[in-house]
Amino acid sequence: MRKLWTLMAVLVTLLLSGCGYNTMQQQDEQVKAAWSEVLNQYQRRADLVPNLVNVVKGFAEQEKEVLLGVTDARASVGSIRATPELVNDPAAFKKFIDAQNQLQGALSRLMLVAERYPQLKSNELFRDLTSQLEGTENRIAVARNRYIKSVADYNTTVRSFPENLTAKMFGMSLKANFTVESEAAISSAPKVDFTKPAPAKP
Amino acid sequence: MWRALVLAAVLALAGGAGAWEQTTPVGAQPIPPLKARVTDTTATLSGGQVGDLESRLAAWEAKTGTQLAVLLVPTTQPESIEEYSMRVAEAWKLGKKGQDNGALLLIAKNDQKMRLEVGYGLEGNLPDVTARRLLVEVMGPHFRQNHYFEGLVAGVDKIHRVAAGDDKINPAPVDSTKPRPAQHSGDWMHFAVPGLIAMVLIGGVLRAMLGRVAGSGATGVLAGLVGWLITGSLIIAGGAALLVLVLILLFGAGGGRGRGGWFGDGGGGHGGGWSSGGSESAWSGGGGSFGGGGASASWGDGGDSGGGGDSGGGDGGGGGD
Repeated sequence: MRKLWTLMAVLVTLLLSGCGYNTMQQQDEQVKAAWSEVLNQYQRRADLVPNLVNVVKGFAEQEKEVLLGVTDARASVGSIRATPELVNDPAAFKKFIDAQNQLQGALSRLMLVAERYPQLKSNELFRDLTSQLEGTENRIAVARNRYIKSVADYNTTVRSFPENLTAKMFGMSLKANFTVESEAAISSAPKVDFTKPAPAKP
Repeated sequence: MWRALVLAAVLALAGGAGAWEQTTPVGAQPIPPLKARVTDTTATLSGGQVGDLESRLAAWEAKTGTQLAVLLVPTTQPESIEEYSMRVAEAWKLGKKGQDNGALLLIAKNDQKMRLEVGYGLEGNLPDVTARRLLVEVMGPHFRQNHYFEGLVAGVDKIHRVAAGDDKINPAPVDSTKPRPAQHSGDWMHFAVPGLIAMVLIGGVLRAMLGRVAGSGATGVLAGLVGWLITGSLIIAGGAALLVLVLILLFGAGGGRGRGGWFGDGGGGHGGGWSSGGSESAWSGGGGSFGGGGASASWGDGGDSGGGGDSGGGDGGGGGD
């Protein structure tokens, strides 16, 4: 009789602690959704680039270098196929994020250069595109934050006991996150060359 | 005395859970509690002005179901206005769940910055470009002359008019299929109450097996272990262990009558501690989500290098930043 009670106690305990399988599935799905949103917003930014380049070209054609930088970065972003599976491959993930960061850098240089052209700045289309770009950059920041959080949740689950046993059993690996390295690349301020005389403001 | 102790333990558990969910960055500005549609922590608006704005927003909400809240703070430093605004939007959850038809108009008075944070559901009617123009062209001129109330009224009316352009918001809540980050941080709480009951049962068995004190101790350890496995938090696990230990000891002391009486009290303690929503406020957000849509603008003359020179139309500021 006593043995039966002990057995029951052990059984209930096991049932309660659970194996974490459902949690992992749920968090995996959440990571996927968050990543889709990041991709979505990156795409939105990439779609803005051609229009933006065209407008700037109309007023500041001599800024070939900067314009070319943006076009190149846009092209390299477009050449990487962004799939949901990217998050399971750290190398490909890093390559993709690096390309996106490069585009961001090129775009911020473009906006910096645009400051020198009062006519361009007062152009209606350019101003609309600017606010769209700003909005998109903000959405990217939000989407990235949410992705970072969801991956942190997921990875914590996969790593902790006893869920790590379940994870091993079902082949659920850690997911790639935005690293400190790429964060540093983003937050590093673009270099401003003060030696070139900027045209005076009206 | 024991009851008070147990109640305190329950409340501490609930409090710990609350602190666990909060993710306020260190040193950041606090988010004011959402009590009304207009929140002014800068004491810029008079009581009558707040009432005026409030009634405009309330009338609009009654008509369309769209929740727009106004928040005035002195500053958002050290965060950018975008970061702070997103934190407020996530905390306040303006707009109906599933429709996400909420918006937040945030004014950082001393920073001379403002932002219109637009919920997912309103992004169609209030795209970034429109939001930006609204801030720069409608509100900016008033704010530059320190006419904050006039600026807010003009802005709010404009938002209402713009959003009404092709407002297609259903009165009944519809579940959107858009992927949205779900709330899951309270997951382990599903285990808390059944877990507690199971522990009491197990505790009864162990007490019968090992005697009162040793049985209670063993159950306490077991509860701690299980709590730790489920939540991954040592603090919560420790709290659970203590709670169960006290519970089982109490059971030994009281008869059947005491048991019933105690459970009634304990349940009440739980409910009060966890569902803080009931007594919080008269008006609250409906669970809407935000994705960073909207626009920010500055109305300052200095600080914003592009502000003065880029006026395409009549307004003299904004535009460049």
